[in-house]
Amino acid sequence: MQLAAAAVSTVALPLPPVFRPAPAAVPPNAYAGSGFPEPVPVVLRVNGQRHELSLEPRVTLLDALRETIGLTGTKKGCDHGQCGACTVLADGRRINACLTLAIMHEGEDITTVEGLAADGQLTPLQRAFITCDAFQCGYCTPGQLCSATALLAELHAGTASAASADVRRPRPRPFASEAEIRERMSGNLCRCGAYPNIVEAIRTVAAGADGSS
Amino acid sequence: MKPFFYDRAADTDQALGYARQPEARFLAGGTNLIDLLKNGAEQTSRLIDLNHTGLNAITVTADGGLSLGALARNSDTANHELVRQRYPLLAQALLSGASAQLRNMATNGGNLLQRTRCPYFTDPAFAMCNKRVPGSGCAALEGFNRMHAILGASEACIATHPSDMCVALAALDAVVAVRGQQGERRIPLGEFHRLPGTQPQLDTVLTQGELITAILLPPSPFADHSHYLKVRDRASSAFALVAVAAGLALREGVVERATVALGGVAPKPWRVLGAESGLIGQRPGTPAFDRQAAGVADALLAGARGFRGNAFKLPLAHRSILRALQLAGQGTGGGA
Repeated sequence: MQLAAAAVSTVALPLPPVFRPAPAAVPPNAYAGSGFPEPVPVVLRVNGQRHELSLEPRVTLLDALRETIGLTGTKKGCDHGQCGACTVLADGRRINACLTLAIMHEGEDITTVEGLAADGQLTPLQRAFITCDAFQCGYCTPGQLCSATALLAELHAGTASAASADVRRPRPRPFASEAEIRERMSGNLCRCGAYPNIVEAIRTVAAGADGSS
Repeated sequence: MKPFFYDRAADTDQALGYARQPEARFLAGGTNLIDLLKNGAEQTSRLIDLNHTGLNAITVTADGGLSLGALARNSDTANHELVRQRYPLLAQALLSGASAQLRNMATNGGNLLQRTRCPYFTDPAFAMCNKRVPGSGCAALEGFNRMHAILGASEACIATHPSDMCVALAALDAVVAVRGQQGERRIPLGEFHRLPGTQPQLDTVLTQGELITAILLPPSPFADHSHYLKVRDRASSAFALVAVAAGLALREGVVERATVALGGVAPKPWRVLGAESGLIGQRPGTPAFDRQAAGVADALLAGARGFRGNAFKLPLAHRSILRALQLAGQGTGGGA
C-alpha cells in the first residue's frame, strides 16, 4: 500500500473535489409544506451544561450528543443496544443512548464520559482503567467507564443481579465477585477482549483497594 | 428512521386522547420500538411518550398482592424490596433479561408488548415474514430456526415471545390492567398474548388505543421455593433457548401447590393448567418427586414439535423443567 501511494504521488493526477462540510443546520423552510415533522425545541442538560437545541423528534440521544452538541466521546457501535459503546448516565442511571430519543430526556441530568472527571481530576475508576491497562483500542472505553460508574453506585445501593445467589438477601456492604462484575457489565462488549483487565479495574475500585470507598 | 410527530402525555387521560389520532403508537422505554423503527420493521407517524404519565408506582393491593406500574422500569421492579422478598421468581426472571442499561430503560408494560427477535421479523431485508407483512410467508419454517417455537406455533409463524418477565408473571398468575376508550378491563396474563394461528401480526388481545396501566400480582405462596432457570447460548445478555419459572409451596416439606411456566419455546409464556397437579403431596429430593416432575414436563410439552434447527429444544425443555423443579425444591437461591 505504501509503495502504491508513493507511486501515485509522483504522477500528476487531478485533485479530488474539495470536500465541503454539510451546513450546520437544515434551513427551517425545508420542512414547509412537506408534511414532515419539523424540528422542535429540545433542552438538554449534559455534563452540567444547558443546551438549547432544535431537533426532529426522531433524533436519538446518541446522535444529539455526537452530531449536534459535539460530544463525540460517546461512541456509536452497533446502534441497536447490543454493544454498550453508547452508554451514558441519565440522572445517574446507565442507559443506551442509541435506543432512546433526545426529546425524551428533557429535564434530566445527562452525563457522558467527558463529564465523569471533575475539575480535571480523573475518577478512581478512570485511574484504575489506566493502572490496570483495561483497554486496547479504546473504542468501547467511554461506554465501559459510564457503565462501570453506574455499576459501582448500584453495588452501593445493594441491588441484586442475575449472579446473586438469592435476590431476597440484603447486601449491606458493597461486594463484587468477578462473576457479579461480569454479569453486571454484560451490556458492554469489548472486541479487543480486554475483559480480564476491565473486571480487575472495577473490582479494585469496588473493593476500595485504592482508598476510594 | 422515518420521521414522526411526538406528543408527551402528562397523564393517562391525555395519553388516551392522543391515541385517537391515526397511526399513533405509545412510547415507553423505547428499547424495542425505537430499534425496530430504525430499520422500518415497525412504522408510525406519531409517538405518544408515556414516560410522564405517573404510571410507575409499585404498591401493595387490597388483597395483599402487588400492583406493578406499567411505566416502572424493569430494573426498579426487580430491585423493589417487596418484589425481591415476595416474588423472587419475578426478580430473578427480570434480572436474567437483557443488560443493566436496557433494564434501566425498559418498562413493565413495554416488556409485555415486546416483539419477537425472530431475525426474519426484525430485518426487513427478508421479504417473507407473516408477522411483519401479513401474507408474505414464513422464512423461518425452512430457514434459521434455532431460537424458534416448539409449542403453539402455526404454519404461518413459528416465532417465540422473547420475554423472561412474562414467564415468571405467567407462573405467578398475574393479571394485566388495561385502560381504553371504552373504559378499564383486566386480562389474565395467560390470555394476554395470542397464538399466531393465521394472524401472526397480532401479538396480543389489546385493541388500538388501549393502554396497559399496571400488572397485578396476587399474593404468592412460592417465595421460599422458586427458581427461574434460563438456558441460553451465552452466560448473559442473550435470549432464552428454554426458560422455566418454577415455584413450589411446601407445608412440612410436602408440596401443597406448584406452578411451572416455560419461556423461549412458544409464541407466548407457556402454561398448561393442571400440569403441576402430580407434584401435590410429594417431597422434593425424593425419587417420587422427580418422577412426578418428569410427568409435569410431559404434560407441558404435549404436542411439541421441533424443526430442523430447534428439535434439540424438546429434550432440553424436558430436562430444564425437571432441573428447575429440583432447584425450587431446594429453596429459593439454594441451587445457585
